[in-house]
Amino acid sequence: MQPDLSSYLFIGAVLFVCGVICMATKRNAIGVLMGVELVLNGANVNFVAFSKYTALGLDGQVFSLFVIVLAAAEAAVALAIVLNFYNNHLTVDVDRGNKLKG
Amino acid sequence: MSWFFTIFALAACLGAVAVVISQSVVRMAFWLVVSLGSVAGLFFLADADFIGAAQLLIYVGGTLVLLVFGIMLTASGPYMKIPASPAETVVAGLIGLMFLFMVFSTINDVDWNGSKDRIMAASGQTEKPAGFDDGSEGNTLRPLGFALLGVRPDVKDGAGYLLPFEIASVHLLVVLIGAAYLARAKRRQDVA
Repeated sequence: MQPDLSSYLFIGAVLFVCGVICMATKRNAIGVLMGVELVLNGANVNFVAFSKYTALGLDGQVFSLFVIVLAAAEAAVALAIVLNFYNNHLTVDVDRGNKLKG
Repeated sequence: MSWFFTIFALAACLGAVAVVISQSVVRMAFWLVVSLGSVAGLFFLADADFIGAAQLLIYVGGTLVLLVFGIMLTASGPYMKIPASPAETVVAGLIGLMFLFMVFSTINDVDWNGSKDRIMAASGQTEKPAGFDDGSEGNTLRPLGFALLGVRPDVKDGAGYLLPFEIASVHLLVVLIGAAYLARAKRRQDVA
């Protein structure tokens, strides 16, 4: 398979869809986080592919750098929240976090 | 080259699917390592050498280690596996396949080369910007560094990224302080 723009976009689409399914179906909070990471990686693949195969130029790579940095920050905060949730509920099942339910 | 691309593409996609399928969180973390590492290989093949290295360092080396620490701290005994109900799995698989089909058909329908020509005509460029998308080069470190400092020698009238870079720096600092504050060990206050 010769790499071209469409094949990179297909890979990005597969990563994105897997991430969305992971976010929607996993009941473990850390599994949900992994889904978010997959989605962000799909977006990064698209950025880098457009940076190489279109006139977007270097901007796509700069954006994917920012995405990587923000994903690291997001993971740190989300893990802190998950640890707090675990301390309070003694589980990481996201279905148990229903205290605000009316 | 194309062999490498096929291998990395298959590993990235199959790793992502395995993340969705596997039940144990630890196995999910392992498949995520496979998938993200292969994506780094794809970045190298797309002449984005610095992004690939950053992906390996920050994602595989940093974020995933953080996730594994989270698993170690929270996955105790019966909470290693929290299974979803079969009906949920079937519905999620169906919706995922439909979504994937939609995105694939969209990618197939768009005329990417035509849109590239239109963008280049609209922005007044006659040839692709040099220095990073030429397959023989792939040396993006210097232009990326210049771009983050707000200088764009490779683009005519190009704007740099100094302000987003500073915002991201401050954001990272605030986030790390906030995370340490959130995850601190609290004193237990027993209500008598």
